[in-house]
Amino acid sequence: MFELIGIPPQALFGQLLLGLINGSFYALLSLGLAVIFGMLNVINFAHGALYMVGAFVAWFLLQQLGLGYWWALVLCPIVVGLLGIVIEKTMLSRLYKLDHLYGLLLTFGIALILEGGFKHVYGVSGQSYAVPSAFAGGTNLGFMFLPFYRGWVVLLSIVVCLATWYAIEKTRLGSYLRAATENPRLVQSFGINVPVMITLTYGVGVALAGLAGVMAAPIYSVNALMGSNLIIVVFAVVVIGGMGSIFGAVVSGYMLGILEGLTKVFFPEASNIVVFLIMVVVLLLRPAGLFGRER
Amino acid sequence: MLKKALLAGVAMSAIATSAMAAGLSGDKVVVGVLTDLSSIYADVAGKGSIAAAELAVADYGGKVLGKPIEILTADHQNKADIASNIAREWIDAKGADVLVDLVTSSVGLAVQGIGGEKGVVTINSGAATVRLSQKECTATSFHWIYDTYSLAHVTTPTVVAEGGDSWFILTADYAFGHSLEGDASNVLKDLGAKLVGTVRHPFPSTDLSSFLLQAQASGAKVVALANAGQDTINSVKQASEFGIVAGGQKLVALLAFLSDIHSIGLELGQGLLVTTGFYWDMDDEARAFSKRFFEKFGKMPTMVQASVYSSTLHYLRSVEAAGTDDGKTVAAKMKELPIKDPVLRNATIGANGRVIHDMYLMQVKAPSESTSEWDLYKPVKTVPGAQAFQDPKQSGCALAQ
Amino acid sequence: MSVKYSTTPSGTVTGRLAGKASLIIGAILIAALLVAPHLLYPAFLMKALCFALFACAFNLMLGFVGLLSFGHAAFFGAAAYATGFAAKEWGFTPELAILFGGLVGGVFGLLFGWIAIRRQGIYFAMITLALSQMVFFLALQATAVTGGEDGLQGVPRGAVFGLISLEGSLSMYYFVVAVFLICFFFIWRVVNSPFGAVLKSIRENEPRAISLGYQVDRFKLIAFGLSAALTGVAGGTKTIALQLASLTDIQWQMSGEVILMTLLGGVGTLVGPAVGAGLVISLQNFLATSGLPVTVVVGVIFVICVLAFRRGIVGEFNAFLGRRKH
Repeated sequence: MFELIGIPPQALFGQLLLGLINGSFYALLSLGLAVIFGMLNVINFAHGALYMVGAFVAWFLLQQLGLGYWWALVLCPIVVGLLGIVIEKTMLSRLYKLDHLYGLLLTFGIALILEGGFKHVYGVSGQSYAVPSAFAGGTNLGFMFLPFYRGWVVLLSIVVCLATWYAIEKTRLGSYLRAATENPRLVQSFGINVPVMITLTYGVGVALAGLAGVMAAPIYSVNALMGSNLIIVVFAVVVIGGMGSIFGAVVSGYMLGILEGLTKVFFPEASNIVVFLIMVVVLLLRPAGLFGRER
Repeated sequence: MLKKALLAGVAMSAIATSAMAAGLSGDKVVVGVLTDLSSIYADVAGKGSIAAAELAVADYGGKVLGKPIEILTADHQNKADIASNIAREWIDAKGADVLVDLVTSSVGLAVQGIGGEKGVVTINSGAATVRLSQKECTATSFHWIYDTYSLAHVTTPTVVAEGGDSWFILTADYAFGHSLEGDASNVLKDLGAKLVGTVRHPFPSTDLSSFLLQAQASGAKVVALANAGQDTINSVKQASEFGIVAGGQKLVALLAFLSDIHSIGLELGQGLLVTTGFYWDMDDEARAFSKRFFEKFGKMPTMVQASVYSSTLHYLRSVEAAGTDDGKTVAAKMKELPIKDPVLRNATIGANGRVIHDMYLMQVKAPSESTSEWDLYKPVKTVPGAQAFQDPKQSGCALAQ
Repeated sequence: MSVKYSTTPSGTVTGRLAGKASLIIGAILIAALLVAPHLLYPAFLMKALCFALFACAFNLMLGFVGLLSFGHAAFFGAAAYATGFAAKEWGFTPELAILFGGLVGGVFGLLFGWIAIRRQGIYFAMITLALSQMVFFLALQATAVTGGEDGLQGVPRGAVFGLISLEGSLSMYYFVVAVFLICFFFIWRVVNSPFGAVLKSIRENEPRAISLGYQVDRFKLIAFGLSAALTGVAGGTKTIALQLASLTDIQWQMSGEVILMTLLGGVGTLVGPAVGAGLVISLQNFLATSGLPVTVVVGVIFVICVLAFRRGIVGEFNAFLGRRKH
């Protein structure tokens, strides 16, 4: 049957797997965005830039301090998370009383500063970051040659997404977070420090972006603009998944990665707009997104 | 008020006087380096191009016909409308006599048109589009070191001759990619080699793995990349990840600059075949020049930057020989005088402004073969200009019929 | 959710004083416009005017309806290509080509609006951004019309109504001034009309407007269409003046630029966006030759505006006048 479409099944499975790998990045990034949006009601335009910062910190750790990939996996999210906390405390928190669009505009400005700054210092050709030796090489799965590192990316992203989802939906801290989103005043009166929770949430959200950056460093080029076009696709993913739905963000991320992968096989020229087309269709049919609830 | 601020920020000389007679307009020669300082071509051209122009002026002695040479610089940010505005302003208000670098095809075409309209010389070192020397040529336009036609006509026949007779082309889906793919497939057809398949990837793309997988599955002996810049860098890195070269296929980048290869690194880029118009280590003259460039700038010159040096120098010589900086006169002189510099070999200029010179097919070294940071290429073949570039008579340029 | 510009202690900013301030500024600007080409480089002025119109049209959505669109670049760019193509390939006279551009912009606006209007505030912004990115990719591929990466070059300036040639800088400049003033006047009329009053009421308190029986979504859609059409006129005029339409016009970063212009000049004021546009264009010009990183400077200004300068230049000026009365 596949021969009718002109693609042998092996090639198709290979592309699906590649799509899943890309979807891992979409999922991680939209997870961070969804978490931040859920708690702060802010669209973090700087998410792409912070992803880029994560990748650069990983590169820097390797170049200057000789600290390899495993260090980077731990340190980069922390560094990016701290940066996020600074941003939140000094600038973003001032805007909560105002219309939430100002938060979007502020993070847009911050994204410009970060990207422009790195571009100015490091240029645009990108830095090399080698695949960690533990994952060098790959395995022939029969239908394609799968580099080990890419397999690792899928595994790690699934683990992180599950862990985050679990933390938010199933733990006590997560329930405080969700409650504080619904009714901050009430939760504050219970003695829970809501502003601190908000700050930490932003920090964790962007730490996820930083982690995605580290994971991307060995396979995509580390350059100042790596986040800027990606962020728009991630926005579309979050809209499709449904704003405010963490589950929706993650599932949509993987799904859209796979769909994009399929498009690359059948209609490659359209592969960079397929996510947007799907967004349009979803919006027309289900305005709240696939898993979203009306806010 | 506002204009004063603009002038102060840009002009190197405080007063612009206008002199009437034949001789130099404004009593000086103004060289405008219009390049991309902050966007995707900043490493290919950018500050290096400015350094190259300054080096050329310094090497020429800083004066021509006894009058000073002024250099203007600006960042067009890869935007044709910003470039247009700056070009117009430089010509109308600052007396620019020649515009160099002009990287990015849309910028190159726009500025060349303005230069043609106003009789100002435009020498394009950076843009790839062969349209610059075709129907859209002007009496004062030059395309100096490379174009899509020559890239295809150097790389393809040489690779086919070495046994690469079945090709798969991975193309960036925009005008530049299409034209590069078109030129390459025409050559393949002429040579009787097989084009097994092509796939167009969106521009720009961070992940080319899907498309590389298709190339790998096609079984073609040669996987060719008809893309540039970050797309090429990503393609090469990911090709290495998926073991394309290790699996026995040849990987060919139809357009890659020294700065791209430097960014990719030898570990990932080894074995890649690249065509260039200049390489710093290609012979003694090139080495001597590049050493001085390195001392000034800190990096080895890409072919675009070397081209800015060469074109600026030739322009200045032509002004001296012509005794004026009138655009059309100098342009005619430039086409007349032989080009002698450390950058181009066996160079002549066609009536359509196309510089025809030796081009080189190079291969990226393996890490073990490299002895220094910039020791990246080993030569494979030198192709004479007549074989590499389009015959001016067939270009469609009105001046060359 | 809506963007409210802050009010002075004495009440809303659109009081008599603010109106007077705007008129004074307006009169000074018109006089300056007529004299300007003799002092400043005309091509720079024309570009500033086109962007001023773009920002004013954009402000119709942000300041008066309260919806942040991150997709206006799609209208600006689509119209730029439409006008360029009409003038170059179909031989339209400039005023017809620009009108055609405005029409194309308006159609895109209605399309975007139809998809996105149901969603409020932030969703709206993200959806318009994604839609605009899609239009960018389409423009990149439609090389027959747009020329792709090379852009649409060599757009002829032509002659208005077939009679008045626009080849010279001065005549082109005065034409651009005329277009700007006509459109600006139109915006002013819209804002101060019953339609405009309904828009403002939607911005201030949407549930109330709905309860009063207004078909809120329809009003928003019309406003969006108008905003997009006027943006289209700006894009078309820019193409005729600079004789070039390129992908820069349709990239999402262009949407960010117009937001900055509006924010800097004063959201919700009539003249503010024009002032903001003039400043940003001058800044870009200056930065192009200064060697400073443009994106960083723009980002810093954005951040400062959002944190400390939300009323923008004209907004602050109005508030200052308002305070002085007391």
